[in-house]
Amino acid sequence: MRMDLIQPFINAADAVFAESLQGPTKIGDLSMGEGAYRRKGIAALIAIKGDIEGRIILDLAPEVARKVAAILTGIESADDQVTRETVCELANMVIGNSVTLLNDQGYTFKVFPPEVHTSDQGLAGSIDTEAMVLAIETSCGEIFLNIAMHHLARRRRERNAVPVLR
Amino acid sequence: MAQFAALLRKDSQPVRYLVVDDSVFARKNIIKMVQMFGGEIAGEAGDGLTAIAEFNRTKPDIVLMDITMPQMEGIEAVERIVRQHPDARIVMVSSVGYQENILAALQKGAKHFVQKPVKPEVLYEILRYVLSDDPAAVGAPVAFAGEHRS
Repeated sequence: MRMDLIQPFINAADAVFAESLQGPTKIGDLSMGEGAYRRKGIAALIAIKGDIEGRIILDLAPEVARKVAAILTGIESADDQVTRETVCELANMVIGNSVTLLNDQGYTFKVFPPEVHTSDQGLAGSIDTEAMVLAIETSCGEIFLNIAMHHLARRRRERNAVPVLR
Repeated sequence: MAQFAALLRKDSQPVRYLVVDDSVFARKNIIKMVQMFGGEIAGEAGDGLTAIAEFNRTKPDIVLMDITMPQMEGIEAVERIVRQHPDARIVMVSSVGYQENILAALQKGAKHFVQKPVKPEVLYEILRYVLSDDPAAVGAPVAFAGEHRS
């Protein structure tokens, strides 16, 4: 996956977590490949369509999600529904800010509303899909981003570059 | 905690807000902020269609409208509300802050745009600006967090 596509996600996640959770953040492990990712706990999935198409999952271990929900809602012990809502909105803010940065680079998208992701398996890469997992350390614990995307604009350019055989 | 002078209507009554967002959490967050600014909640909606109905029912002073929502997105809802109520004051509140979205919303009649995560002091200034077309609307920040004012 190209660095100019990854960097906006890292920058947006870093900025949104630092602002929302009012604490320091640190970019942790970043892994790429085709291996399936396993969900850590409470996860929200957002689909994007446009020059780059794919799905992004924001995933938090249950205890991390509860700490995040407590900070964002001001409710000491948030119930499961509130915690899931909070994770979805956090995902919405991270992805919204990421695609805003990507749009500044000339990519256009449509972003879909977040849904709770319940499958145990995350998004794996394939020939068509580049996938990565990014861990960000926050004051509440690690927050994972599992990103899988098709880069349609590049594929279009590649197709156009192939001479037509007669 | 930052303190804000109440934003009031021309008749000195609290400003009435319609808060539109598909996330209950996001709505509660915005509601908390506008109440901090002395506002009243006229209604809430989780999608654009409900927002139009709630606007017609409650006639709010200001609508705070998300963009990405199920059923009907915020920009289409803005267009429909402004078509019926050209004086509607609508502020877009979205995490997707790219120029194309902002321009589309403004072209359809939105008055301003604020990107999530929303900072109370930023929202306050935007609301004050949007209300400034009402010359008697009052309100000024007493102090922002971490800022000394003499």
